[in-house]
Amino acid sequence: MNKINSIRKDWSLIETLIAEDRKILDIGCGDGGLMEQLENNLNAITHGIELNRDLAANAIARGFNVVHGNAELDLSQYSNNSFDYVILSQTLQAMMKPKDILSELLRIGTKAIVSFPNFGHWKIRLQLLISGKMPVTESLPYTWYDTPNIHFFTIKDFLNLCNEMNIVIEKSIGLTSKGKQFDISESVTGVNFFTHEAIFLLSYKNFEPIKIKSSKKVFAKNSVIAN
Amino acid sequence: MKTKFTTDTKLESEIAYFENINLKLESGDIIDSFKLAFKTYGKLNADKTNAILVCHALTGDQYVAGNNPITGREGWWSRMVGPNKPIDTNKFFVICSNVLGGCAGSTGPKELQNGSDVAYGGNFPSVTIKDMVKAQSLLIESLNIEKLFSVIGGSMGAMQALQWAIDFPDKILNIIHIAGALKHSAQNIAFHEVGRQAIMSDPIWKNGKYFENNEVPERGLSVARMIAHITYLSENAMHRKFGRKLQSRDIISFGFDADFQVESYLRYQGKSFVERFDANSYLYLTRAMDYFDHDETFRKNIEFSHNPNNHLKYLIVSFTSDWLFPTIESKMIVNQLNSLSREVSFLEIDTDKGHDSFLLEEPQLDDVIKGFLTNNFAKIDE
Repeated sequence: MNKINSIRKDWSLIETLIAEDRKILDIGCGDGGLMEQLENNLNAITHGIELNRDLAANAIARGFNVVHGNAELDLSQYSNNSFDYVILSQTLQAMMKPKDILSELLRIGTKAIVSFPNFGHWKIRLQLLISGKMPVTESLPYTWYDTPNIHFFTIKDFLNLCNEMNIVIEKSIGLTSKGKQFDISESVTGVNFFTHEAIFLLSYKNFEPIKIKSSKKVFAKNSVIAN
Repeated sequence: MKTKFTTDTKLESEIAYFENINLKLESGDIIDSFKLAFKTYGKLNADKTNAILVCHALTGDQYVAGNNPITGREGWWSRMVGPNKPIDTNKFFVICSNVLGGCAGSTGPKELQNGSDVAYGGNFPSVTIKDMVKAQSLLIESLNIEKLFSVIGGSMGAMQALQWAIDFPDKILNIIHIAGALKHSAQNIAFHEVGRQAIMSDPIWKNGKYFENNEVPERGLSVARMIAHITYLSENAMHRKFGRKLQSRDIISFGFDADFQVESYLRYQGKSFVERFDANSYLYLTRAMDYFDHDETFRKNIEFSHNPNNHLKYLIVSFTSDWLFPTIESKMIVNQLNSLSREVSFLEIDTDKGHDSFLLEEPQLDDVIKGFLTNNFAKIDE
């Protein structure tokens, strides 16, 4: 799979996770390709943030609502739950503070969609094991000294972080390096080995309000006093 | 409302007369009658959906494109507005009016007071950006245009565009706000004050009554322009353009002639400005900019607007080397709009040309303006 095809595949899978007529924020929206797809196919209202000046200018010139800015600094301007979905496609590994970004995604959006390349894939493990050098693959094509990707993590790492942050994984899609698609949660064994790229639909746990029963019957006592 | 329209052949401009209209200004003063000089370009379509208002900056005028009879040169934004230009007059009907308080044919300090043969001079009431926009809205109404597709402006023009979004959101669909801010900063007020002091300390100014002897406070006004012009550029742009190059000489003179090219350039800017601009107008319009302040109120005004404004689209543009209206000021607008989930786009263009970049060759500015207008117009046309 080349880079472009891999992104297109990513986008079409992201689309399957989104309902129609929703309000969506695409972080790292590039020239608005995914926004265009979601507007056309799902009648979505889309907003985007893009760090690269030329890409942001292209997206604006194509008529999309795009803010030229840095997601790590500029997400705080959005109000709580102002979007139905916030999408972070293939960029979590390039963030300075991935954990903070994750919590921001779910503050701004009711749901978040995160996709990333799995550093636990067997090819990567094998490269490191055999050559003893930092792996370079199709989905992580950069040398260690010249890469935007500064936080490498595996599916297992991500699942642990979600658990720690009380984030619920509503849906998950894994892709093998051949592009074969499967549900990550249903095939737990070996998933971290075979998943080349992963896409997650996330939300916060809905806590049931806890009803506390008091053993001391304060009110009863008071009523006695009142009598 | 009855509005009389005439064409001033000398000014090559349309004039709209608003008589006995009692325009109440923000200051509380009332102008009973006033006129606005304006130009239009392109054709209004049958549904009247393609009208764009361009708002000029401090020393601009209604001559956006084509010939400017006052200067004998091309209009101030002729690289942006015209057939097949980014603001395409084959497609859009472009209106630009000289602001209230201006000096290119609209009612301002150099025009005669209503019913008398004396010019206003210093008796002209204080006008604000809000007043200018109110006057523009009356012009748009009298042209029988219910809704403007877009209001576009840079610098003081951006202030007017923002004021349109606050005061008349139901009469517009989008604004393009270039090199502006929610407020005029302390530093900007300071520069304006130096300019005004230069004019007012010119002995010919005479409390604004210089016209009585047919004189012009040339020295004061040209110094004001020279100071302002420095703020419109950037250090890098000045260095690139002039460096320390000498003007028409090989060695320095050890005197106070214009030894350096940059001096000669500023003197020329000052001198040519005096020929086309009124000193009192300069005082009034710089003051209008100083009074502009939506820092505390913008968010509330947008959130709790009397008129529906949810449909509005905003394009905010800033320039990296603009130190008069720096990017951070534009980002404040963007942040507040985003916090209200409004449809806003923002771009900071990388250039060393300073505040004046919006008037100069900036291909990325052309691209975003053209694309933003074309694509959003296609959406309403569907």
